[in-house]
Amino acid sequence: MLLNGTETDVLIIGAGVVGSALARELSRYQLRVLLVEKEVDVAFGTSKANSGIVHSGIHDHPGTLKAKLCVEGNRLYPQMAEELNVLYKQNGTLVVARDASECEMLGQLVNQGLLNGVSGVQVLGREELHRLEPNLNPDLAGGLLVPSGGIVIPFDLVYALVENAVANGVQLAVSTEVWQIRWEGGQFIVETNRGMVKTKYIVNAAGLGAAKVAGMIGDESFTIYARKGEEYLLDRRLEGYIQRTVFPLPTPESKGILIIPTVEGNIMLGPTAHRVDSFHDFSTSAAGWDEIFRFTQRLVPGLQASDVITSFSGLRAAGDTGDFIIRPSELNTHFIHVAGIESPGLTAAPAIARYVVELLEDAGLRMTAKRFFNPYRLVVRIRDLSLEDRDRLAVKCPAYANIVCRCEMVSEGEIRDAVRRGATTLDGVKLRTRSGMGRCQGGFCSPMVMRILMEELGLKPEEVTKNGPDSPLLFGNLRDNPSCPEKD
Amino acid sequence: MKEQAIDIAVIGGGPAGLAAAIAAAKAGVERIVIFDRQAELGGILNQCIHNGFGLRYFKEELTGPEYAARFIAQLAEYPQIEVKLETMVVELTADKQLITTSRRDGWNLYQAKAVILAMGCRERPRGAINIPGTRPAGVYTAGTMQRLMNIEGFRPGNRAVILGSGDIGLIMARRLTLEGIQVAAVLELLPYSCGLNRNVVQCLEDFDIPLYLSHTVVEICGEGRVTGVKAAPVGSDRRPILERSFMIDCDTLVLSVGLIPENELSREAGVQMEPSTGGPRIDTGCRTSVPGIFACGNVAHVHDLVDDVSEESRIAGIAAAAYVLGEESIANGQKRVKVVPGRNIRSVTPQEIVAGEPSALYIRVAFPERDVVVTAGSHRSKHRIVTPGETVRIVLRPEDIDFNAGVLPVAVEGGEVNA
Amino acid sequence: MRELTCIVCPMGCRIKAYEEKGQIRVEDHGCRRGELYARDELTAPKRVVTSVVTVQGCSELLPVKTAAPVPKEAIFRVMEEVRRVVAKKPVRAGDVLVENIAGTGVALIATKHIQ
Repeated sequence: MLLNGTETDVLIIGAGVVGSALARELSRYQLRVLLVEKEVDVAFGTSKANSGIVHSGIHDHPGTLKAKLCVEGNRLYPQMAEELNVLYKQNGTLVVARDASECEMLGQLVNQGLLNGVSGVQVLGREELHRLEPNLNPDLAGGLLVPSGGIVIPFDLVYALVENAVANGVQLAVSTEVWQIRWEGGQFIVETNRGMVKTKYIVNAAGLGAAKVAGMIGDESFTIYARKGEEYLLDRRLEGYIQRTVFPLPTPESKGILIIPTVEGNIMLGPTAHRVDSFHDFSTSAAGWDEIFRFTQRLVPGLQASDVITSFSGLRAAGDTGDFIIRPSELNTHFIHVAGIESPGLTAAPAIARYVVELLEDAGLRMTAKRFFNPYRLVVRIRDLSLEDRDRLAVKCPAYANIVCRCEMVSEGEIRDAVRRGATTLDGVKLRTRSGMGRCQGGFCSPMVMRILMEELGLKPEEVTKNGPDSPLLFGNLRDNPSCPEKD
Repeated sequence: MKEQAIDIAVIGGGPAGLAAAIAAAKAGVERIVIFDRQAELGGILNQCIHNGFGLRYFKEELTGPEYAARFIAQLAEYPQIEVKLETMVVELTADKQLITTSRRDGWNLYQAKAVILAMGCRERPRGAINIPGTRPAGVYTAGTMQRLMNIEGFRPGNRAVILGSGDIGLIMARRLTLEGIQVAAVLELLPYSCGLNRNVVQCLEDFDIPLYLSHTVVEICGEGRVTGVKAAPVGSDRRPILERSFMIDCDTLVLSVGLIPENELSREAGVQMEPSTGGPRIDTGCRTSVPGIFACGNVAHVHDLVDDVSEESRIAGIAAAAYVLGEESIANGQKRVKVVPGRNIRSVTPQEIVAGEPSALYIRVAFPERDVVVTAGSHRSKHRIVTPGETVRIVLRPEDIDFNAGVLPVAVEGGEVNA
Repeated sequence: MRELTCIVCPMGCRIKAYEEKGQIRVEDHGCRRGELYARDELTAPKRVVTSVVTVQGCSELLPVKTAAPVPKEAIFRVMEEVRRVVAKKPVRAGDVLVENIAGTGVALIATKHIQ
């Protein structure tokens, strides 16, 4: 897609959860909005490898943007998830204490929560704690229960936000990298690999690239560091083994290594939190696993290394201020930074979106609400349907009765939908549908998903990739194919 | 959507399901349905285009598709067997109710009198062995690679490293080489190959492919596509010695790191599992702990040879038929013994022996040994070599088993037979 | 003396083969076929080659094999020719696709039916 000459009111750089939430929020108004993403798909950066926790807000320092937007974001989640048909669950957060001295420290967290506006926090004694979660280490002395803590599938949310934004008129351009920005005649001229864009406002939601993008207008007011978090996903056989997200007591550096039940019924262990120099290093390590396993064994001793079905790592974009950096650039008020969105960024995203709308309005952008804004996104998930509904759907569209991924029960219809919804790669299909995310990790379904990608997008075998042009899955056909494209 | 009543539901139309269904039909069962999620019968045999199948069962050497065809051809004689292809069994209850789905028929319910579990096995993926490193394209399990090449007709790589020297890994080493995909190395964590010796010879030695025993992959490298793997020797504790790691350039890593019986449906149905095999606990009639549910083939335990799968599944078919036809009471009244694994035994299948039933035991040892005696009750047989890669199959005579003892100890013992 | 692992069947017998004054003596073979294998292996080793070929007007691949073992050194020549073979539907397992593949005197045959 060429953008040459596109004129827009707001250009959002970066289609992670923040850029996407903002795009959706702006799509409520009569505005031209362009959302650009340098990767081949949305959610392919930091948002892909997030822990998926909807934080309650007890962990953040009172008075910070983090605290304010986390608590607000948390309150916005139920409605947003409902509207967007996103997998979200308020499963509750537990902070556990190992001994009496740690129990005392729980009190400080309760106070912090109160200051931040977190309500309903309960202090649990040993017995109550173990009654709620019988598989916790019996040595744990007590804990806190925060009922508003939740879980969400982070990339599912990003796809939903973007799809809904696009349905409401936002223009999306993936594989689009911003190269240069200059201010000229009261607007920005933005050079990208796909041509030039003119825009009145820019929102810099570029994640790890935010400092670089800021530098394009000469703004060097902050630095972004990459903090790596490794996560390990366990087999769904353990569904329900731990029901609430389990936190240790936080340290000054991090919220610690957690036990996270996912909405889909897996248990996830992680993350580590180590600063790394590279913005491209998504590797996991034996040391990372050792750290996570040793730590989580102390909380839930019954978890086994053999239950791991996959692992991944993400790079969090951390700023240098200790807080989110959400403000207009000092050099140009039409350029809004949304940078350093580390934890609790996923939770805060819907609140950040609203906050940025205010900042844009303050900077002079006129916000006129659209008469028709459709807040809903529909998506078929066979797994969530009753047997009767599945059968009814199959009569209308047989592809929904053809199961391609048996581990996660994903049908051919859902995979074709995912491609039509914007997936162009194996990972794009996987993140949208969960196909290949189960215990066999795509061993069975990936050849079929590759075929569907080829059919739907008219790709040659060598054009099918895992997550972009540098990741080819195949090197053409084994034989020169003399055949006509007849299907058997 | 309506519920259909059938006599036997056979889940899986690979070698196990085919043999079981045919045996049950021969025994006089009226309404048998084979469900398979693929578009053709034969299961994994269709992608196993190499030869070496059938020497025991058919006394001739066949390729996978040829072996499957022998059974598929027999179906024509048994109109009581219905085949539902591209149909997946999604749920199974202990009451033997099945939910199926297919493009053609939508979602359906079946009530079966007996169920034969014949789903086979799946491959252990990368995540399950937790190899550190990046997550590039080009990491495939051996079976997926085999499918991509032999069925889909794709070229999935140009230069590969194979981790794991089980039979599939070895077969793929040869297959890749024949197609001009260079195999830089085969790495094996254990100090010995886990595949059949003949495969080490005809798949690796024939093509001078290096086999690194006591080695593993400690890191996968490459951002978009695999650019190499870091390999390292392992110590006697099987932990890698990282100081001695070295890079092997490749664009593909093929994983052949174990097979896992596919038992999601068995678990749903409440069938008792046997941790040593990963499959349901079965007796000599392939009966599971749930009355009327039978298990055979790789779903019960991973077999070295499809010939053994066919033989075991034939027995499952006969037992299921007896159950459906009300002849089961014969087996019910019989004495039983539980197999008790002893020295150097990783697993024994079946786990229970019913008096009066043919008693072939499939024994997997825990570690390789030379010049041993395998004992089971009063059975004693000499074996020159036993390795975990090759199942020991012994056939017990009724007089070998003391049915009054309730248990049958099975062990591998060193030294000579005192005969 | 050469120690061989027999590939004739899954038993994988370890056979000892002695070459003495132009004579071959075989020991520790499990069966007659094993003895023949060992003799061949010392004089003219042979292997069955299996692969796939394309089928005209059909996206399905046809699995094939050499009807008998071919000389080991001819394996890659056989593969060269296999790559160029295009079968025509319908094919029955056992159908001869190439009478004499790569000059080995051995036929290349289909191992599956394709309607």
